[in-house]
Amino acid sequence: MRIPLKWLNDYVDISSVSVEELESKLFSCGFEVEEVIKINENVNKIVTCRILEKSRHPAADKLFVCQVDAGGYGNLQIVTNAVNVKEGDIVPVALDGATLADGTVIKDCKMRGVLSQGMFCGGEEIGITEEYYDGAGGDSVLIFHDEFAPGEEVAKLLDIKDVVFDINVTANRPDCQSVFGIAREVAAILKKPLKTPNISYSVSNADTKDFVNVSVLDSELCPRYMACYVSDVKIAPSPKWMQRRLALMGIRAINNVVDITNYVLNEIGQPMHAFDYRELTGQSIVVRRAVGGEKIVTLDEKEFTLDNNVLVICDKDKPSALAGIMGGFGSGVKDDTSAIVFESAKFKRDNIRKTSRVLNQRSDSSARFEKGVDAYSNEFGLKRALALIDELGAGKVAKSYLDVNSCSPDKKVISTSMEKIDKLLGIEVPEKEVEAILTRLDFDVTLRNGQLTVKVPLYREDVEDYPDLAEEIIRSYGYDHIENKLLDNCSITPGGRTKAQVNENCAKKYLASIGFSEIITYSFISPKDYLKFGYDLESLKAIKLKNPLGEDLSIMRTTLIPSIVATVERNLNRKNNEGRLFELAKVYIPEKLPLEDLPTEKLSLSMALFGENEDFFTAKGAVEGLLSHLCFDSPLRFERSKVCYLHPSRSADIYAGDELIGFVGELHPEKAAELGLDKKVYVAELDYENIKDRLTRAYCVKVFSKFPQVERDLALVCDTETTNADILAAISAAGIKNLISVRLFDVYTGDKIAKGKKSLAYRLTFSSLEKTLDDDEIERYIAKILRRLEEIGVKLR
Amino acid sequence: MKERIEELINLAHKKISEAFSGKLLNDVKVEFLGKNGSVTSLMKGMRDVAPEDRPKFGQLVNELRAKIEKAIADKEAELKEKELAEKLKAEAVDVTLPGKFSEEGTLHPITLVKNQFIDAFQGLGFEVFEGPEIELDKINFQMLNIPEDHPARDMQDTFYITDSILLRTHTSPGQVRVMTSRKPPIKVMCPGRVYRSDDDATHSPIFHQIEGLVVDKNVSLCDLKGSLETILRKVFDSDDIVTRLRPSYFPFTEPSVEIDVSCFECGGKGCKLCKGTGWIEVLGGGMVNRNVLAMCGIDPDVYSGYAFGIGLERTAMLKYHIPDIRMLFDNDLRFTKQFK
Repeated sequence: MRIPLKWLNDYVDISSVSVEELESKLFSCGFEVEEVIKINENVNKIVTCRILEKSRHPAADKLFVCQVDAGGYGNLQIVTNAVNVKEGDIVPVALDGATLADGTVIKDCKMRGVLSQGMFCGGEEIGITEEYYDGAGGDSVLIFHDEFAPGEEVAKLLDIKDVVFDINVTANRPDCQSVFGIAREVAAILKKPLKTPNISYSVSNADTKDFVNVSVLDSELCPRYMACYVSDVKIAPSPKWMQRRLALMGIRAINNVVDITNYVLNEIGQPMHAFDYRELTGQSIVVRRAVGGEKIVTLDEKEFTLDNNVLVICDKDKPSALAGIMGGFGSGVKDDTSAIVFESAKFKRDNIRKTSRVLNQRSDSSARFEKGVDAYSNEFGLKRALALIDELGAGKVAKSYLDVNSCSPDKKVISTSMEKIDKLLGIEVPEKEVEAILTRLDFDVTLRNGQLTVKVPLYREDVEDYPDLAEEIIRSYGYDHIENKLLDNCSITPGGRTKAQVNENCAKKYLASIGFSEIITYSFISPKDYLKFGYDLESLKAIKLKNPLGEDLSIMRTTLIPSIVATVERNLNRKNNEGRLFELAKVYIPEKLPLEDLPTEKLSLSMALFGENEDFFTAKGAVEGLLSHLCFDSPLRFERSKVCYLHPSRSADIYAGDELIGFVGELHPEKAAELGLDKKVYVAELDYENIKDRLTRAYCVKVFSKFPQVERDLALVCDTETTNADILAAISAAGIKNLISVRLFDVYTGDKIAKGKKSLAYRLTFSSLEKTLDDDEIERYIAKILRRLEEIGVKLR
Repeated sequence: MKERIEELINLAHKKISEAFSGKLLNDVKVEFLGKNGSVTSLMKGMRDVAPEDRPKFGQLVNELRAKIEKAIADKEAELKEKELAEKLKAEAVDVTLPGKFSEEGTLHPITLVKNQFIDAFQGLGFEVFEGPEIELDKINFQMLNIPEDHPARDMQDTFYITDSILLRTHTSPGQVRVMTSRKPPIKVMCPGRVYRSDDDATHSPIFHQIEGLVVDKNVSLCDLKGSLETILRKVFDSDDIVTRLRPSYFPFTEPSVEIDVSCFECGGKGCKLCKGTGWIEVLGGGMVNRNVLAMCGIDPDVYSGYAFGIGLERTAMLKYHIPDIRMLFDNDLRFTKQFK
């Protein structure tokens, strides 16, 4: 909300308070000044002067030399290129050392050899527009049409300086969405009297009810509707003081009647509408819901087809305004309008908000109604508008107005106790303070023996219960009275993380310990990401946002891979040539689309490795290391993966028993090339949601043998297709209880071995809990194992 | 005889001193002390000595042997030492070459500050509750006292999936989920991702909050201030931090406050970080609105509560001097690697 301080000063005397002090006082009471705009702060030493003589510059065709009388500043010589000025004109001149609105400093100078002791100014140099002075809007030198004495400071003369506060008004305080609303607060803060704007006016003999008939058919959406007839309207420009104030609010002046409605909107916070009386067919105003399919063209010439949720203001035949949003085309005042009907109403804020959004039609009025307009302001605003009509001589106001009102005229009463308020705040506020604070804020207060009863001002629709009063009290009394307490009077609770939350941290810390950096990426990805990775969008069940920031951020991801691969790509592009990344985040799996219930949100873990030292086995090792660290309750099984974007022979699906829990592998070289990756990238994704309930992190020591362990190395030869897993399975099938570990330590293919064959070397460790194993026994074990191996075509080398 | 012994000992000393390797020394040893060595053969010559001189002779020869043995042993030790020194010298490395270690990874700064808040709050008896990110309008808004088409909805630009399902705009729905499923006393934190349809230099459409909620008998605004001051001192690692409350508005708390901390960079004198004000805005909170308690089935005449919400991005940016929120989601390794 923009608040020009000179305007504010009309209602509360702020002349003795500095801008900084006012700002800080408003801040501590909940009104943050987001910006302090200083209007024409720079303008200095621009004064009026009379042109005594004007002649051509001896050396320049387009320049003139003027002798001027600058009053107390003496007679000066000014060189100008202005053709519009003539002898006898009174014009503004920036003297030596003057500052223009844009900060430019003017100095005496020679122009083509002739001394110029200043510069004539136009509106722009002074920082003013047509709203300040007729002619100031042009781009030539401003010629005053008033007989100003020479040597007067123009800034003072035209009252061009001001300070505007842009105040952030919170959504609970619609009553402060106006200059007068803020003035009420400021008066309370500064403990100064509040001056109410003039609302008295002289009236004609006309009776509004004789000219217009108002009926409100939906009092829920329109709790109050006031209308007043004004005759003998003379449309003309509004006075400069009003235009200037509107300009400071960012509103363009139109004509006296329209300007009055805008002025009242900003001064009182009441949106008004002026209907051209001629256009009200049947002299009637009907406030009703639109009939389905009904049409209206608003005054910005947009056509809307309405439904039953839209509130309209109609005459006998047709909608003449979208209630609270915008008047209908032709319904408003025109240059030849001679009679008007003022509307001042309360419309239900959520309905205005909804309509405005559905139709995508907004106005200052709808913005104001959305925040909430109180019934008190309806009447106040109407009277103020009528007083201004009278003051500006813009028309004759009818002696009575119509008021269709279903709002309670009574002030809300809250009965509570100081005990409740003090308990909520945690401190004791002296009763005297409470009484004084609430009284200053316009509450009617009765406070006796700790019992507090207040009548709430009509414009404070936000105050409902004692916590609201507590807030009113403490923001005035001062939050610095709130002490630090550490739940002194509350129960002791155990607190802490759940086991799953502890494990999650363990997982992250382990990954960090083996070189993985955690990343956080957006939860939404692009349909293109899915296509790139070879997903079929048709069959993909993924949740789409209704209003995404763009197509590329429109799908709630069902896998973390596209995001982590994009992160790898970004890092490689920036010459971060090696790295390990992980993300532990949710994926979103709908039961059914469109969504009827909340979807399943599953934690997923993605990992990516790239750089010279990485290969399939470092990736696989990281997965194995993690699950081993977390004591996953099942051995893992790796099978060739069918994931389409992975290298078909360097990727594996990971199973725990029969359950698929993830995959690991190299990105398919073609996919990688398509994605613009020129290096090998290894990725893994684990269904962490499934894993997290199967972590058995607890120490339970296994007893080991006190007898010596025996180690035997076996160098084996087999077909290249035979896998490590096959061999391990065969060794295991031998059923040797005392075989406690089998470790592969070498894989060889090459010249020293037949084509189509490979050699694998294992170290077998034997140990018994009962005795030292002798050579005979070990030999028997080995023989048994070799028999099993021979069954699958594996021989000793 | 004596001359012979003298001669031998001199010869031995000479040869020993000339031996520059273990092998040469061994040759010397054999030459003098071996089976056919000079000392041994001298001893063999005992029989030519007069019987009465034999003890004397034996003694002399034995002394000779002992002397040579000692000289050889000394030389052996000397050679060994030399050899070791040479070997060690040959194994010399450039100690300024880089050491070998596998570089550790890092946790994301958001995770770091999240954990710092959780660690601090669990000391006050807070649990951690994590609700869904895709949430019902009813829980994200309505149960938090923000009915449909309420102006407060303008405070949060919302991503919708259907008319009634949305991406949570804050972690506050966690309050509702906890209050509707548990009985007081309640002390929880709800950390997590939240979403708003904003995207510029200071806003990310995805960010993280941590919500705190206490519901019990006798909870007051003083408890909110005290709890937060305690926690913020820990998180920002400064015992000098003080907090300041100022009025604000959230539909689900009344009274509502913004909580500022004294600038931990300049101690409140005013600097770039606090934009010269001496204070940094860090979070919003207040006393749980009575309507919210009632809607969640908790008697507002018996219980009261406080709630607050902290932005983790903002905390991380302040704490780690991160100049741009987008760096947090860019995941450039040169950035993430700094959080060891």
